Amino acid sequence: MMTSHRTWDSDPVLSVEHLTMRFGGLVAVNDLSFSAGRGDITALIGPNGAGKTTVFNCITGFYKPTTGMMSMRPKDGALHLLERMPDFVVASKAKVARTFQNIRLFSGMTLLENLLVAQHNPLMIASGMTFLGVLGIGGYKAKEKAAIDRARYWLDKIGLTARADDPAGDLPYGAQRRLEIARAMCTGPDLLCLDEPAAGLNPRESAELNALLLSIRKDDGTSILLIEHDMSVVMGISDHVVVLEYGIKIADGTPTETRNDPRVIAAYLGVDDEDVEEIEQELDEAAGSEEGRA
Amino acid sequence: MLPLGATAGGLNFMEVFVQQVINGITIGSLYGLIAIGYTMVFGIIGMVNFAHGDVFMVSAFFALIFLLLLTSWFGIASMTLALILVMVVSMVLTGLLVWAIERIAYAPLRGSFRLAPLISAIGMSIVLSNFIQVAQGPRNKPIPPVTRDVYTLWEGANGYPVNLSLKQIIIWVVTALLLAAFWYVVQKTALGRAQRACEQDRKMASLLGVNVDRTISLTFVIGAALAAVAGTLFLMYYGVVVFSDGFTPGVKAFTAAVLGGIGSLPGAVLGGLLIGLIETLWGQYVSADYQNVAAFSILVVVLIFMPQGLLGRPEVEKV
Repeated sequence: MMTSHRTWDSDPVLSVEHLTMRFGGLVAVNDLSFSAGRGDITALIGPNGAGKTTVFNCITGFYKPTTGMMSMRPKDGALHLLERMPDFVVASKAKVARTFQNIRLFSGMTLLENLLVAQHNPLMIASGMTFLGVLGIGGYKAKEKAAIDRARYWLDKIGLTARADDPAGDLPYGAQRRLEIARAMCTGPDLLCLDEPAAGLNPRESAELNALLLSIRKDDGTSILLIEHDMSVVMGISDHVVVLEYGIKIADGTPTETRNDPRVIAAYLGVDDEDVEEIEQELDEAAGSEEGRA
Repeated sequence: MLPLGATAGGLNFMEVFVQQVINGITIGSLYGLIAIGYTMVFGIIGMVNFAHGDVFMVSAFFALIFLLLLTSWFGIASMTLALILVMVVSMVLTGLLVWAIERIAYAPLRGSFRLAPLISAIGMSIVLSNFIQVAQGPRNKPIPPVTRDVYTLWEGANGYPVNLSLKQIIIWVVTALLLAAFWYVVQKTALGRAQRACEQDRKMASLLGVNVDRTISLTFVIGAALAAVAGTLFLMYYGVVVFSDGFTPGVKAFTAAVLGGIGSLPGAVLGGLLIGLIETLWGQYVSADYQNVAAFSILVVVLIFMPQGLLGRPEVEKV
């Protein structure tokens, strides 16, 4: 239909196919298929309880999906089937990082330490499971310096360099949110999954978040998948929007396409099911007449 | 002025007191080393590893066997060298043993109900002490004295000496060195950071790529290695070890961990020193027969009046 290129079809970094997640009798996600394009900012939106966070939990190995396949293709060209991996492998091998709706920083540790935990694996290997590192054998010092440099780069990027040695729990809310994103980025991900990053931010902070996400995509080449209710974020920066309702995908396309989709409007405005068909018909007719004219 | 029962100390109050403080710090160092194992494991998975005391006892047996091998078979004359070798071997073997125990008896129960690993640990404790009883016999196992050097610091009236033995100095120095190394590992290395991260939020650590399972195993192993140092020093200090030696030091170290604030590493060391001091001073001034009663009464009192311990963080409900 559209002529603009769709990265999510031609070069997906993540493909979710026929994902279903049941909890007893409740079907949280039902036969969901979508892709996130490489280098895209993909937004996963939908009313409360639509199953968005459940999708994230399946992708990051938090839940084992009932059925379905999720394939991740990092930059190195490998193919990882996420549903078969324990969660720490999803992060370390498949290169998927995530944040949560609620803040889950290690509040007792310093900002710098939070960012270093995210680089645990390379450091652990370089230190020979710690024992060689303590004895000062091997290239541990250099690796550690590189890790600290990377952490400092991110602290600089989120404007918190001055507070590097403060406990993370002492930061104000907006700064904690930025630190979470920085920490996720320190794992060196190819796909960054953000669960409502703009929740609780004021308009200025929200605008800063947009800038941060755009720069992550531009400078680090990381693809982003985000759940968001703040439409200024969704419409402002995303390339691709997937809309869920009751665990089912109801729309998938560019922001403009989805914004005008009657089912999306109905889902967000809470129109009755019968009315949806009515609106659909009306819009179909309108579209038909437009096509007829063209 | 003097408390009841202070017999020999009447004339030499100061000397007796200092001597008992020296003894108390020595035994307290050992409690501290063992207590770290309890407190670290509790911090990371919220489990009291009741087999830890018996692990300490088994490590003393590893040390005993290897020391006898070295001295009688290989005829190593240098006791310093022998002691260092014995300590390293005991640390490695005890680490391996505990790694196996953790894999077999605790890891499969992770995510099970809270009491399951606790019960499993009690079972493991019985297995270890009974195995040693059967394999090594129920009697005290002695070693030849490692050193007999004693330095007299000063003499009080009637020539009452205040002694500091070389064994005690060794215990103090080794404990201090190991605590420093251990502190470095926890504060400055990737493993230590991962441990602290797992302590706060295991799921989040996992999602950042930390292998939580392996971190937990390594925590057990480090705790075991420290207990093995305590076991070797214990053997050197007292010169004998028996299968039932795990219980009392084990429970006292646990008391030390609770007193210092379970989950807190400096607390474990502080608690160990305090328990050692309280125990020896109580033995001197009140009643030697009630030494253990005093130590365990502290456990009860602390749990009732100060459950978070001296240096522990008050329990905050997560929302």
